[in-house]
Amino acid sequence: MLKLNNINKYYNAGTVNEMCLFQDFNLSVAEGQFVSVVGSNGSGKTSMLNIICGSIPVDSGTIYIGSENITHMPEFRRQRRIGRVYQNPAMGTCPHMTILENMALADNKGKPFNLRRGTNKKRVDYYRESLKSLGLGLEDKLQVKVGVLSGGQRQAMALLMSTMTPIEFLILDEHTAALDPKTAEVIMELTGKVVKEKNLTTIMVTHNLRYAVEYGDRLLMMHQGQAVMDEAGERKASICIEDLLERFNAISIECGN
Amino acid sequence: MTLILGVLEEGLIYAVMALGVYITYKILDFPDLSVDSTFPLGAALTASALLAGLSPVVTLFLSFAAGALAGCATGFIHVKLKVRDLLSGIIVMTGLYSLNLRIAGGRANVPVFTQDTIFENPFLAGHVPAVLAPYIMVLILLFIIIVCKALLDLYLNTRSGYLLRAVGDNESLVTSLAKDKGMVKIVGLAIANGFSALAGSVYCQHKGFFEISVGTGTIVIGLASVIIGIQLLCPENGTSPLTSLKLPTVRPTTAVIAGSIVYKACISLAISMGMEANDLKLITSLLFLVILVVSAERRKKVKPHA
Repeated sequence: MLKLNNINKYYNAGTVNEMCLFQDFNLSVAEGQFVSVVGSNGSGKTSMLNIICGSIPVDSGTIYIGSENITHMPEFRRQRRIGRVYQNPAMGTCPHMTILENMALADNKGKPFNLRRGTNKKRVDYYRESLKSLGLGLEDKLQVKVGVLSGGQRQAMALLMSTMTPIEFLILDEHTAALDPKTAEVIMELTGKVVKEKNLTTIMVTHNLRYAVEYGDRLLMMHQGQAVMDEAGERKASICIEDLLERFNAISIECGN
Repeated sequence: MTLILGVLEEGLIYAVMALGVYITYKILDFPDLSVDSTFPLGAALTASALLAGLSPVVTLFLSFAAGALAGCATGFIHVKLKVRDLLSGIIVMTGLYSLNLRIAGGRANVPVFTQDTIFENPFLAGHVPAVLAPYIMVLILLFIIIVCKALLDLYLNTRSGYLLRAVGDNESLVTSLAKDKGMVKIVGLAIANGFSALAGSVYCQHKGFFEISVGTGTIVIGLASVIIGIQLLCPENGTSPLTSLKLPTVRPTTAVIAGSIVYKACISLAISMGMEANDLKLITSLLFLVILVVSAERRKKVKPHA
């Protein structure tokens, strides 16, 4: 259970460029829910994710995971319970380290990073197995540096790495936006599979309305720091792309773009 | 022969420091100027400790610890007080200058010729056969550098070492792994400056004196060694001028040590060609400039295919 209560967030407070993004914003995500978030640029989608993860501070309001107040918890502590995949495929992996080393790093999340051997030899088969499930042939390239892989391969690895250890929340920040349509499809299918398998509470920001409609059991449309549309369950299932597009156009005309 | 031995000795001493610069420059991507002061810190501490009658071997460990502490200070200033990386190094470098003088007892020059050192002590005098005597310094230095290199290689393959490499590669991944990237940087800086101070300690025992100005330009020597070594022996894009020689691939740490020796050879070549010792720093910086320009050029040649 994730809860954002009365969030206020201003950018450039005190200057002529002051902009109020969130004013008294509330959101609560139930356990096991898969929320797709759509909205135009600047509507506050990514800011919302950043606030949840602690990448940016809030001006007021509280954030709860379960009954624990995490409003002032530093970003890296929150990440213990959160897995995050970024839009940029380079953000989720270490380019100068090999695939094997990257997998070993991810596998050690939540455990102490001490002076024991970095790569546990006994786990190599497991890594190979999980890489195989991606279907990208990465299992034969364990000693290859991640920097030479394509964006799609890296993003697949980023997804695998962020969900390797037990986490409660998966945060997907336009994670298919930088990929070609075919690869995006593969990554999206993979995402759906992983979320289902591990029963993760997921928040996915996307610009692809079709993914928003097809995946997830709740849909959120953001506009100027507010959720102008919030449908779950049956009603979410009955939404089609045309409905979304219509709503989207209505909002855009209001703004004049 | 003495010239070659001299180059090897100098090169091996500075190689210890270059290993530290390899950590900050190549792994952490942190331009750490504090090595310019931690090198003389090790030398000052060693001079005072030797005069106080401490065992020469103990001074090595003492220097490493002191350097690590100074590295922590740089890291703390950068990470916790949020000062820019270059400036935090400069702050520590400037502050340590005074502290180094204090450690040396307020003198800018402390001779320790009369004291036992790791190179000259009763144990060695009694056990080393006469044939080996001219080479004993190189052998001892070789031993020290191999131990340092092996330990660093081992460390970089531990979990903590993986994290250190990750923080220079992709900071946000370290955060994603629920680890404080700031702490990892501090650890890296501590190890790097520990190596630098250790090199200073060895330098002091080798030369037989402490001199406050020995640290000037340390960072340039370190960077030059790292860049030469990596470019020659394990280039990231496979365009070393030596690739045609089909050399076996080496670890970056080995390359850095080789780089340090090559660099010192270049310097001593310049001096033997008629430059004065007073021109040393000028040669140092000009040579560094040449290295930077040449290595940048290589990168340009490869880019169009990427």
